Amino acid sequence: MMAIQPKKHEMPVQDANVRARNFKEVALGYTPEIAVAEAQRCLNCKNRPCVEGCPVNIAIPDFITKIKQGDFEGAYGIISQSSSLPAVCGRVCPQETQCESKCTLGIKFEPVGIGRLERFVADYHNANFKGKISAPESNGHRVAVVGSGPSGLACAGDLAKKGYKVTIFEALHLAGGVLVYGIPEFRLPKAIVSKEVETLREYGVDIETNVVIGKTLTVDELFENGYEAVFIGSGAGLPRFMGIPGESLKGVYSANEFLTRSNLMKAYSKDSRTPIMHARKVAVVGGGNVAMDAARTALRLGAEKVYIIYRRSMAEIPARKEEVEHAMEEGIEFDILRNPVEIIGYNNPDDRRDPKNGFVTGIKVIKCELGEPDERGRRRPVEVKGSEYVIDVDCVIMSIGTSPNPLIKNTTEGLAVNSHGGIIVEEETGKTSKEGVYAGGDAVTGAATVILAMGAGKTAAKAIDEYLSAKNK
Amino acid sequence: MYKIVKKRQLNPTVTMMDIYAPLVAKKAQAGQFIILRADDDGERIPLTVAGYDRINGTVKIIFQVVGDSTMSLNDKKEGEYISDFVGPLGKPTETEGIRKVCIVGGGVGCAIALPVAQRFKELGAEVHSIIGFRNKDLVILEDEFRACSDRLTLMTDDGSYGTKGVVTAPLKEAIESGEKYDMVIAIGPLVMMKFVVATTKPYNVPTTVSMNPIMIDGTGMCGGCRLTVGGKTKFACVDGPDFNGFEVDFDEAMLRSTMYSDFERHEREEHCNLFKKEAE
Repeated sequence: MMAIQPKKHEMPVQDANVRARNFKEVALGYTPEIAVAEAQRCLNCKNRPCVEGCPVNIAIPDFITKIKQGDFEGAYGIISQSSSLPAVCGRVCPQETQCESKCTLGIKFEPVGIGRLERFVADYHNANFKGKISAPESNGHRVAVVGSGPSGLACAGDLAKKGYKVTIFEALHLAGGVLVYGIPEFRLPKAIVSKEVETLREYGVDIETNVVIGKTLTVDELFENGYEAVFIGSGAGLPRFMGIPGESLKGVYSANEFLTRSNLMKAYSKDSRTPIMHARKVAVVGGGNVAMDAARTALRLGAEKVYIIYRRSMAEIPARKEEVEHAMEEGIEFDILRNPVEIIGYNNPDDRRDPKNGFVTGIKVIKCELGEPDERGRRRPVEVKGSEYVIDVDCVIMSIGTSPNPLIKNTTEGLAVNSHGGIIVEEETGKTSKEGVYAGGDAVTGAATVILAMGAGKTAAKAIDEYLSAKNK
Repeated sequence: MYKIVKKRQLNPTVTMMDIYAPLVAKKAQAGQFIILRADDDGERIPLTVAGYDRINGTVKIIFQVVGDSTMSLNDKKEGEYISDFVGPLGKPTETEGIRKVCIVGGGVGCAIALPVAQRFKELGAEVHSIIGFRNKDLVILEDEFRACSDRLTLMTDDGSYGTKGVVTAPLKEAIESGEKYDMVIAIGPLVMMKFVVATTKPYNVPTTVSMNPIMIDGTGMCGGCRLTVGGKTKFACVDGPDFNGFEVDFDEAMLRSTMYSDFERHEREEHCNLFKKEAE
């Protein structure tokens, strides 16, 4: 037996200096040779801890074995039994806290690059599979899915494969939810999302864009229209702001707005008709994946300097490790242990019509220290009195989370929500308080990850199948 | 794709269209809005519903050509299609308990004010309408307003038609002469709504304003349409577009509305130069 290579095979990436100025994908993907070599590192453990670490329990050692054998299509077959969106999850899952964190190899060395292998297999399939998917025979039962983000796509995919006639209702003009409006092109090319959506269509799923459930149609009307079950995967909602002075100045965005302008409305392209601010210096407030996406987008739109302002330390930063590393390599400055107290704007007292009036000129922050742990075990930031100073910026992007969208809860009688406005579900099934209605993803949990949303969609699909099978006996 | 069933030019820069969108037509109410994209690469344009025909499944929109995107929309002919049309969004205008109302419309805002006036008429309220325009050429919907108003006052800035002056003058006069309105509803440019509120506030006449800030998704996701109302951050798309006029921070809203002025000017000039080239 060969000695185990202690490190993961490096992911080929675009050079940091080059990629920081373009919107092309950062990570280029393994070649077949690298993939096979990386697969060789897998010990194929009997107790399969990695599978436990995966929210959708992909049979990881099995697909890796197929890669070792050079049977990449076989590997794809195994992944697609558990995952509806392998090309997406291979790119955006936080593997380091999931499957890879459980890898036996990781005890002594670096874990197997499971996410990179998943991505390789999915990309190989998308590039080489020439066969045609045939929609399964219909069982005659109709299910409505609200929202075409990761939870909705996963739920719809699983139900369609079981023969259900599924219609997805999407509020925006394009399917994909956060995968198209939120996650940038350089991290998840939109061609990959549209390919996954196309595959669902081949399985017989209908997608109706421009329909806002809670407005255009209510959940009750879906039942009246003949749907026998409804899955709500409407995603996170209203962006949060801090409530500090200056948040209404010109040049202050929510991350959702900034990213939607750039991604969905293609403001990053010179041909787009959607305006976006091409700021010189940008402060992004927050430390999650969305904050990293916003910061790196601002950089690619031409900013000279981009700061991440985060109130805890690097140890607590919630974004995926790889995103933080990539952001650092690209030159984004991490101003950790800082909390904004005010956004400062230009104001010419002598000329109210001065066009510069009302635009951001800086952000005042206060230094923080870490105090006692909070209820989630993260050390609480404590502000250091008198330590305020101003960072010179012309754009501020608030990326501090969202609160659930009120449209469905306000129009659906009998749907229980918690004090934060998240839909209450039974965790094992996604069942809500309203008969025949299931929910999952950010609409339930608040802002979380693509894979958790996908897992929730799959859980609900299984429960909906059981519910309708029992009901229609 | 959504068909343009009917198109009519109301004045040199204002166009009316009936769009076939049966699901929206079935639900739309006065005060709500829709978002459309003329073409697949177009901007999302929010427009307040100017009318609806539940039987024929059409929704009426009235828009002013102000920039590149509204220009593209205006280039479409009757019988052609637009890419996207979604709604109805936002909350309908509150009508409960209002027996006597004064509707104040300014410019193209009159298009939005009309269905509100019509709705109150339908409900049996006494409707006074004050509509204002810059000049005679820009007057729209006069007959329609006359049909649903118990009293109509038409103002032009230059006096070329109706009475010369701004809309707040007859409003103040009416209030001072003892008209007891349960509600004044102002729909028009921000500066007009600001002055309507300044007129009604000393008399404490409840005043609703219809806000139309910059927005993208219109469903409570992007947060671009935020306003400060009563000291709190509100989102026009889900909390509005109607708000208590006494609580709206108009100065802030006016400042925010100019965020992309430079970009829009540039786009418009580019578009116009293209037209010049074509003409050569």
